[in-house]
Formats: sequence, structure tokens, C-alpha cells
Amino acid sequence: MKSGREDCRSSLFGRIALIRAFEERLLELFAQGRISGTTHTCIGQEADAVGVIGNLRPEDWIFSNHRCHGHYIARFDDPEGLLREILGRKDGICAGVGGSQHLQRERFFSNGIQGGIVPCAAGLALGSRLGGEDSIAVAFLGDGTLGEGVVYETLNMASLWGIPLLLVVEDNGWAQSTPARVGVAGDVATRARSFGIDHLHLETTDVDALSEAAARAIDAVRSSRRPFWLSIRTFRAGPHSKGDDVRTESDIASRRLPDPLDAAGAKLDAEVRDRLVGQARDRVDACVRAVLEDR
Amino acid sequence: MDCRTAIGLGLAKAMEEDPKVLLLGEDIVDPYGGAFKVTRGLSSRWPDRVFASPISEAALVGIGNGLALSGWKPVVEIMFGDFVTLAVDQLVNHAAKFRGMYGGKVSVPLLVRTPMGGRRGYGPTHSQSLETLFLGTPGLEVVSANEIVDLTELVASTISELRDPVLFLENKSMYGRENRTGVDSRLDAFRVKTPEGAGRFDRILSLRGFSGADLTIVAHGGMVPLVLEAATILAIEDEIFADIAVPARLHPVDMSWIATAASATGAMLVAEESQLPWGFGAEVLASVAERGVQARMGRVGPARGVIPAGADAETGHLPQVGDVVSAARALLGGGR
Repeated sequence: MKSGREDCRSSLFGRIALIRAFEERLLELFAQGRISGTTHTCIGQEADAVGVIGNLRPEDWIFSNHRCHGHYIARFDDPEGLLREILGRKDGICAGVGGSQHLQRERFFSNGIQGGIVPCAAGLALGSRLGGEDSIAVAFLGDGTLGEGVVYETLNMASLWGIPLLLVVEDNGWAQSTPARVGVAGDVATRARSFGIDHLHLETTDVDALSEAAARAIDAVRSSRRPFWLSIRTFRAGPHSKGDDVRTESDIASRRLPDPLDAAGAKLDAEVRDRLVGQARDRVDACVRAVLEDR
Repeated sequence: MDCRTAIGLGLAKAMEEDPKVLLLGEDIVDPYGGAFKVTRGLSSRWPDRVFASPISEAALVGIGNGLALSGWKPVVEIMFGDFVTLAVDQLVNHAAKFRGMYGGKVSVPLLVRTPMGGRRGYGPTHSQSLETLFLGTPGLEVVSANEIVDLTELVASTISELRDPVLFLENKSMYGRENRTGVDSRLDAFRVKTPEGAGRFDRILSLRGFSGADLTIVAHGGMVPLVLEAATILAIEDEIFADIAVPARLHPVDMSWIATAASATGAMLVAEESQLPWGFGAEVLASVAERGVQARMGRVGPARGVIPAGADAETGHLPQVGDVVSAARALLGGGR
């Protein structure tokens, strides 16, 4: 009989596997010319989404960015709705108007304007506090996002006004084709400190460690009703969008972290792991068949 | 009462009627009560609903966006219309887009209010009329307050009916002027009505005692008192009788009522304080022309270039009553 911890492990692994299967399949579909437009996959970063979002309550707000599929699937377990939206279908999450990077469902939002999403997330959180709710808001940023001034405006205001906002920085060291040494001065981990904001920094793709840290950060925001800065050094295994990866072997080697899927899978029985990976792929296959064949 | 008081009362009325209305802005709390004193008294009455912001227009409007998405009705003050540039991304790429791009499922009841206009010697970056940057943005309504409508009602009803973001233009020179609503000694020379097909706060003014005007002058916001004075001069000195069309909602708007007015007179002059190229007047002329109206049409506005700070230079730069009169005379040539 599986223990609660094993159940939890399988479940976290299963979610990472589902996001991985979806994102990889998406890139294939683009390469085959079966989807148009652009997209930004989160291959390599799945554990950030699963670790953070797994600790949120349904009434918490999420504001994600252009690289939002992992966040969406971690939240709603709905690859089919997402694929419909990416394909511009009227029965997509946003009637096909938003597409890959402009998602909204219940208390989940994403926009393709990095930085700009951060004060919107702060407003959601402030709205909760003013309404006497326990809920918090989470904004997802990348290292590249740290170039936008409005991020710092929001840190300042969130600290001054007591806004229960969790800022999660997924620092994969690359903003499109620009490495962090060109785009990000100083230190990511302690950036919010001068605004009087507490922070936590992780350098791992281990979903258990991420989940445990995220739970602490989320709890800190929920109980203090103050902002919190959670930076995660992570690794973008895929391209920025599609086929636009100019990183050299040594660029990649310098930032590479263990594949979160492998790391989580290593803690399971091989048979369980393989079954879950198979299920994830089958589910994505079924989803693609259902959506692409449904005209 | 003056316009700033009327607007302030409108904000108070909105806050009384709906506990979800919040006020956010720089320097808006008492005792200062705002750079132009519009919000005086409000933070004392509602200390938990009036927020003093640091100098962060982008984050301020962004936080307003989030508040609007989460069930509140934020009214954000941008101190000077010139500073609205700091918030363009939040207005254009966030507020104005959320409803449309999320498939119609969300509403953003956000009001951003800001005073445009010069004539106070504040110089190039504190005197502009920058509404042109926003007019035409899908999903963003633009309303221009003026002194001849009941400003308390305009403000309160705009906030009460908020479903989608509104950029609410006030005017610095207007704040100290009397809110001339309905019939009073100053507007006695004109009949004021809301024409058919127009919005609730749109107005056409016609000179009493005359019918069959020769010219339609179109103006909004702070230009309204200038064109009223120009119309009076034109009547007295030139026997040119002008109807004045004053839209309150600038965008999105069906300009059929303006086209009808222009068609009736056969001549239309748009007077604006914003730069003419690609602006309000350009849109009015295009909207009227494409409806097939046969009319002589023109625009009068400021000189090109920055708005000078020196009093005489500023006066020479911005459109004055005399400029509207000259433009009307030129448009109508020698005769009617």
C-alpha cells in the first residue's frame, strides 16, 4: 500500500510529466506546421510551477507571463483547454483570442508583457487584503523581467502598503538570447531586501525541495499579509520560443541543472515512473487527437 | 460652485454610493488634498479607501488594474496629464486588453483621471493635452469633462456605470472656473441641448434668437469656454452665427450627431488644444467627411513644438479666442 508521501511523490511527478509531455508535443506540432503563432515552453522549469502552485489554495491569485503553460497546467490540470486556446478555437479558455500567452481562468491570469504583470498581481493581492480575504497573489517573473522598472515600483509599493504578494523569480540565466551577465546587475536573490521584503533563494530543480520552500514562502505571505521574494535558480532546457536557441554548449553547461523529471523520477520505483510517463504521453496524445481532429 | 468642487463632490457621491470605490494617487490625502485640491476632504472621510502613492504612475495604474479585476472600483489620479505617459503600458497593454483578450470574461472597472491643458505657465512637460495618445485604443473609453455639464453628475455616473477602463480628462484651467450647468446668467446667450443620437452629457449650444447657424464649432474640455467666447464675438462682430458641439465622450463615439450638425450649417471648425496632426480634430473631420457631409471643414489648434513656459510665449503658442475667431472667418471666407 502506497504511503501518503509516495502518493504525493507520484502526484508531483505525474504533473511534471504531463507538463513535459505537453510542451514537447507543442514544439513538435509547431515544427510540423500544424500550429501557427508563437509559444514559449517551460521545458526544464516544470518543477517550479508544480512546486509553487501545488501549495496554493483555489482562492489564491496567479499572474503568469509568456511562459505560462506549466503554471496553467499545474493549476488546472487542463492540457486540452490550453491546446484549444493555443489553436485559436472559440471553445478555448479565452475563446481563442488570447492564445498561448494571454490566459485567464478563474483567478489565473497571464499576459505577454513581463514586468507589467507585477503591479497587476499586486492589485489582486491588495484587493484580497482589503476584502478581508486570506488569499494571496503570486506573480511569476524571469531573470529578464528584472530589467523592467515597474517591478521595482511594485516592490516599493507592496512593501509600503502591505500587499500579500509572492514574487517568484524563475532565474534560468537567459532572457531570450541575452545572458544574465548582460541583462541583470547585482544579485537576484537579495534584490528585494532593500525594500524591506523578506526573501528565500533556491538553486534546485528538485520538486520536493521547491514545494517545501514554496510552502514556507506562501505561508509567510498569507500570515504576514506582506510581500515575499522567492528566487529559484532554474534551467531552461528548450528554446526561448521556437527554434531560437543561440546558446553555446558551454553557455548551457554553465547553467545546467538536473532535469526535474529525472530528479523526481529517481525517487520512484522504475515501474511507477514509467507508467506515469506513459500516462502523461497518452493523455497528451488523446488531447491532441481530440482537439486537432475536432473541427 | 467651481469645477474642482463639483468634481470633488462627484467623487464623494461615488464613494458614498458604492463601498467598492477607492481613490489612489500622489499627494491626494488631506491636508494637502491633491495638487489641484480636487480630492480635498475625501481621505479624512474615508481614510481606509484613499491611498497615498509614491511617485510610480505605472505601478499605481497597474495596482488599479488588479484591484479592478478583483472586484473593486479604483479611481486613480495621475497628477498632471503629462505624466500619463508613464502609465501607457498599463492602460494600453493591460487595462484596455483584458476583457477582449480573455474572451470577454473579465471586467476592468478602472477610472484614471488626470488634468490636461496649459495656460498656467508650467512649461513644456506640465502643460500638454496628451489624450491623442489614447484616443482610438480599443477597450479604453476616453471622457472629457467640461464646464457646461453637471460635473458632479458626470463624475458620479461615470464611476457608477464603470465596467471597462475610462480615461477621464479634466483640465487645469477649468478647475477654478464656475461649473455652468443649465440656465444661468453666463450661458443665457445660448440654448443648450443634448442632440438626438448623442450621449447623455454631449451638448449642442445655439445662440438664442437665431436659427440657421452658419458654422458648427466642435470643441471639448478646456477649449469650451474659449469657443463660447469666440462664438459670441463672431455673432456680434461678423454676424456669423455658430452652433457649438461639445462631446463629453470622445471615444468610442458615434459622431453622427456631429455630422448632422455640420450638415445643417455647411461649415465645421474643430478647435483643440492638443496638437492637430493625427488628433481629435482629424478624427472629427474624417468621421464627418466619410458620412458624405458636404461642408467646408477646418481645424484650429496650437503651434507646433513644445509649449513654452513664459507667459507671452505660451499665449502665442496655444489657441486663444482670437485664433478661433480668425479660423472661423477664414473658413467662411468673405460671406455666409
